[in-house]
Amino acid sequence: MPLLKTMKPKFWDYRDVAAGHREQAFNFRRMWKLTVFLTAGVALIPLISLAIIDYHVTQRSIESENLLRTARLVSNTRRTLFFFFAERRAAMDFIARQNNFVALNQPGALEQILKNLKESIGGFTDLGLIDPLGNQRSYVGPFNLLGVNYSEQDWYREVCKRGVYISDVFLGFRQVPHIVIAVKRSLPNGSFYVFRATLDTRKFDDLLSGLEMGGQGDAFIINREGKLQTPSLYHGKVLEKSSLPVPEYAPKTRVFEEKNADGISLIIGYRYVSDTPFILMVVKHKRELMKSWQETRIELLFFLGISMLVILGVVIWMATYLVNKIFLADQTRIATLHHVEYANKMASIGRLAAGVAHEVNNPLAIINEKAGLIKDLFTFKKAYTGDEKLLGLVDAILSSVKRAGAITKRLLSFSRHIEVSIEHIDLKELIEEVLSFFEKEAEYRSILISLEATGDIPAIESNRGKLQEVFLNLFNNACSAMEDGGHLDIRIRPKDINNVLVTVADDGCGIPKEDLERIFEPFFSTRTETGGTGLGLSLTANFLREMGGRITVESEPGKGTTFAVILPVTMERKEENDA
Amino acid sequence: MRILLIDDEVELVSTLAERLSFRGIEADWATSGREALEKVAEASYDIAVVDIKMPRIGGIELKRMMAEKYPHMKFIFMTGHGSEEDFRTGSEEAGAAYYLVKPVDIEELMKKLNEVLKR
Repeated sequence: MPLLKTMKPKFWDYRDVAAGHREQAFNFRRMWKLTVFLTAGVALIPLISLAIIDYHVTQRSIESENLLRTARLVSNTRRTLFFFFAERRAAMDFIARQNNFVALNQPGALEQILKNLKESIGGFTDLGLIDPLGNQRSYVGPFNLLGVNYSEQDWYREVCKRGVYISDVFLGFRQVPHIVIAVKRSLPNGSFYVFRATLDTRKFDDLLSGLEMGGQGDAFIINREGKLQTPSLYHGKVLEKSSLPVPEYAPKTRVFEEKNADGISLIIGYRYVSDTPFILMVVKHKRELMKSWQETRIELLFFLGISMLVILGVVIWMATYLVNKIFLADQTRIATLHHVEYANKMASIGRLAAGVAHEVNNPLAIINEKAGLIKDLFTFKKAYTGDEKLLGLVDAILSSVKRAGAITKRLLSFSRHIEVSIEHIDLKELIEEVLSFFEKEAEYRSILISLEATGDIPAIESNRGKLQEVFLNLFNNACSAMEDGGHLDIRIRPKDINNVLVTVADDGCGIPKEDLERIFEPFFSTRTETGGTGLGLSLTANFLREMGGRITVESEPGKGTTFAVILPVTMERKEENDA
Repeated sequence: MRILLIDDEVELVSTLAERLSFRGIEADWATSGREALEKVAEASYDIAVVDIKMPRIGGIELKRMMAEKYPHMKFIFMTGHGSEEDFRTGSEEAGAAYYLVKPVDIEELMKKLNEVLKR
């Protein structure tokens, strides 16, 4: 993935080879991972725990709220139903008490009462008066039931025993569902009569269908056998068996959850209506009720997801930023350490060179004088003149001494300037001095070195030792890049009033484009097998920076490399402290 | 012109003195600061060629001592060590032009001697 590669921080693949057994302390990837996991853990675990807890608490409270609401609805409706029957029963009781059997039995009396009931309370279809023997003595209504004997019927026995009877729903005249209510009126002489009425159920159908319920709610009544007494929206027709089982008896309202045959979760509230055979049922679809919760849940999860992403993003960014800072600080530390090491090494080499030069110099001076004296003897004393061969030998000794002296002088001057601070430097002379170290190598390998200075080049203010090292490094690199018979072109010219430009161009192997950006980094080397430390160019760049100059590079693989060194004519004074 | 060569290497100063004598210059030599001071007390010299690094009395110190007593004397320094300190003090004391690095070329020494004398 190229995108991931470009995003990858520099420390990711870094391994400190010098760290040894303390490698863990410099494993930045591990540091980054640890930071990310710890920070993300500390931030995310409480967030996720809270979200989970909140999720469950909210879900449970919504569920119990739904159960409670269903229970309330069942209770209220039960009360209404109870009053419906109580009202009619009371009306009949009142009529039975207000009139005696004789008055009710008079022709036209029941007609008048039925008419009044229909107009005032409503829902009455017929009325009947039955004597203690079970004979219907008077009747008003759509059927001809006068004289029918009910003594063997269950409902008659029930009303005789308990004083009141309310029937299940049945299909009556014109196929309309009806209910029978009967009351017993006991007389002071121990005798009694029964007053009976038939009600049509439309009244309490309306009552139930008028209820407002959410969640595909359905309110209906069943009898104790489970037969529907009122129409239901989803659970069967009137007088058919309901698709739901008959709930067990309970003196109070109950709500429970159950799955129906299709596996849909239902919330069922019910109540046994006292003194009647009826059970009021309210059934709702749980999924419908929880719909608002679904929306809330999605919002909650969305918010949680976004929060987690933001936290993770911030944590990763922060960890990358911090670890990168530590990494850079560490890199600077290592570079400084190596720099110091390198400077120390150079100083040691300088001291060693100076010592050697000095030790060699004294005997050399003596050889010089002795040979000089021999030559003088041949020149000035008559007795020795004329031997051309000996004179030639002495000249050879003297010229060799001169050469050896030049070498020690060069060594001394080189070492002398390693620790030297700022001075005025003739760039051409300095470069010639450095080039003299390469003369032999160039000769052996037939490398053609050309040095050319154009224009008026001022003496620049600089640190001789560091400048020597800069060019030593550049020439050294150029020589290793070139094949035998290559060309090294060095040109010096004024860049502007304040700067001098030195270009060092070789026609060697060149530098691949991907390496070009990294060559000034410490420890970047392509010559590690052949002893490259990867420090040369980084130190070169560092030295130049210290001196207020800079270095740029252009290269074409296979064609050669050109380094351009720009040096200021005057140096800022503060650099002196670093020298 | 009479000159005094001072260096702790006997072989060097003695040979150098002999070579100068071939060129018509009267040269004496000494191998230590003390000996040099004795010689200077006995005879008068125009120029002293002094090695900077010598045991006990160093070249710079010797030059100061002699210059104090014999203000007319002139000095040329020689050194086998090209250290920064030598160079700086040597050229400060005698001027950069009169500072020679060993091994010394006899013709150059002659040139310098003549220059110093003319100054």
